[in-house]
Amino acid sequence: MSPWIVGFGVFFAYPMLDNLYLSFNHYDLLSSPRWIGLANYSYLFGGDQQVWPAVKNTLWFLGIAVPLQVLFAFGIAVMITRAKAGVGIFRTIFYLPTLTPTVAATLGFVFILNPGTGPVNAFLAKLGITGPLWFQSPAWAKPSLTLLSLWGIGNAMVIFLAAILDVPQHLHEAAQLDGAGALRRLWHVTLPSISPVILFSIVIAVIQGLQYFDQAYVASTMAAPGSLGNAGDNTFVSLGYPQGSTLFYPLLLYQQGFGYFNMGYAAAMSMLLLVVSLAVTLLVLRNSRRWVHAYGGAT
Amino acid sequence: MATVGAAGVEVRPPVVRRTVPWAVRRKRLLVAVADHSVLIVLAIMFLAPFVFMALTALMTNAQSLTANFWPHPFRFHNLVQVFNQAPMLRYAGNTFLYASAATVGLVLSSVPVAYALACLRWRGRNLVFIGVLVAMMLPPQVTVIPVYVLFAHLHLVGTVWPLVIPNWFGDAFSIFLLRQFFLTIPMDYVDAARIDGCGEFRIMIQVIARLAKPAIAAVALFSFLLCWNDFWGPLLYTLQNPAHWTLSVGLAQFRNIYEVNWNLVMAGTIVFMAPVIVIFFFAQKAFVQGITLTGVKG
Repeated sequence: MSPWIVGFGVFFAYPMLDNLYLSFNHYDLLSSPRWIGLANYSYLFGGDQQVWPAVKNTLWFLGIAVPLQVLFAFGIAVMITRAKAGVGIFRTIFYLPTLTPTVAATLGFVFILNPGTGPVNAFLAKLGITGPLWFQSPAWAKPSLTLLSLWGIGNAMVIFLAAILDVPQHLHEAAQLDGAGALRRLWHVTLPSISPVILFSIVIAVIQGLQYFDQAYVASTMAAPGSLGNAGDNTFVSLGYPQGSTLFYPLLLYQQGFGYFNMGYAAAMSMLLLVVSLAVTLLVLRNSRRWVHAYGGAT
Repeated sequence: MATVGAAGVEVRPPVVRRTVPWAVRRKRLLVAVADHSVLIVLAIMFLAPFVFMALTALMTNAQSLTANFWPHPFRFHNLVQVFNQAPMLRYAGNTFLYASAATVGLVLSSVPVAYALACLRWRGRNLVFIGVLVAMMLPPQVTVIPVYVLFAHLHLVGTVWPLVIPNWFGDAFSIFLLRQFFLTIPMDYVDAARIDGCGEFRIMIQVIARLAKPAIAAVALFSFLLCWNDFWGPLLYTLQNPAHWTLSVGLAQFRNIYEVNWNLVMAGTIVFMAPVIVIFFFAQKAFVQGITLTGVKG
């Protein structure tokens, strides 16, 4: 127990307080912090032209990609439970992409969705459709990332699958006797029974959406037709390529903190992220009693 | 159900096996395929990226820039060449070192905390558990600045230490998962051991840890893969020092150092993915149990 208390203190409690302190300072890691009061916050909420687009990008992801992920995972799980054969094989196939390292998966998608010669656009061309520019176009970059995230819904799918199989069979039989068809059973029996799991999955997806970083970083730096400089040379510039359309909030934070070493400002940015995440977390904790007890679990 | 005869030998009713005619069997197969058609199409789409990545990894560079997707000729040499093109072996070694050191520390430090939260009664237990939940839910970016500053002051930025050390102080997600599993173990075992005069530390090692082997295995697996795949941590702490790059950072920098040779990039990703997929096929059961544990128990 005690090592964790130390760890909690050093890597969690202390950083939170220090973060608050730094957010009121100008700090570049080299000279000592200089108190500037609320200047970081006023810049965050007023001056910085990049903040609102980054927030909008993140909200886009939370509003469109996250619901799609949950729906898609649920749909696949339902289809697998209805399959009579090959449940194990299907589960493996749909889970496999989740294991792929994010960097590897993103590199793969940047290649596959390569507008000129990538397999997807080559296939579309055969059908007589001119494929979009995917990661090269400001309008299609986020949908491309959404596709990538749909490819990686394995975790949610496995959780849904287990939950759906856990639904007591007698409920289904009772509904069937009452004349409910497959769709109505799905709506009136399966959905209510697994609602806690759905809530859990949504929350996890939202939390992951808030910290969405790796894929956007790799996709924007790989897709950008940059000059070939030294390692890391053009990296901070090409973040968010094309035209800032993939500059999500965590990327902006990274850029400010570790590209330009505006540590104080980045601390202020992470305070905003903290408040939002805490709000989400508290929402879950408040509801958790209800949905943990639904399963008779002890808390 | 088979009945058990007097001698304890199973007596099965004779089974009449009717050979199903070919035509009927084929029809059944077709019906099954139609039933699962959506699922099958989706499965093919899920596998397609892997196929394209693997095929591209075997192309010449010139061919990887054409729309032909079948390699001509097959260049298995790419998988060797990628090790010469970049210090892949070093990256792989760094990644392995990071993942194993972090995993060992994580298991050693998380089991006692989970034990204390699940099996011991003490003041403030619920408060600490809420602390674990909050730590689990918050994005890593929330505390990254001060932790980075801390490691910068210790002159550890540019080494693998900032990635490993925090894991030796417990990991919220693992603690949570282990606690959930420990709660399913009947406390009678623990009480019996206590009455026999067993110390709490021995109970933890000899009773709980043994019974919880599957959960501990799942936690170790998750941790190893998470570290193997990790990008954010190595990017922050090792970007400055190419000698300590992991596979994820090394691959992401491929384009900055060399022009994009897609065939070699894909060969690199194959090398990066292969161990993970091999581990998965050996430990699939532990995986599925572990994930299910996180979901169903809330």
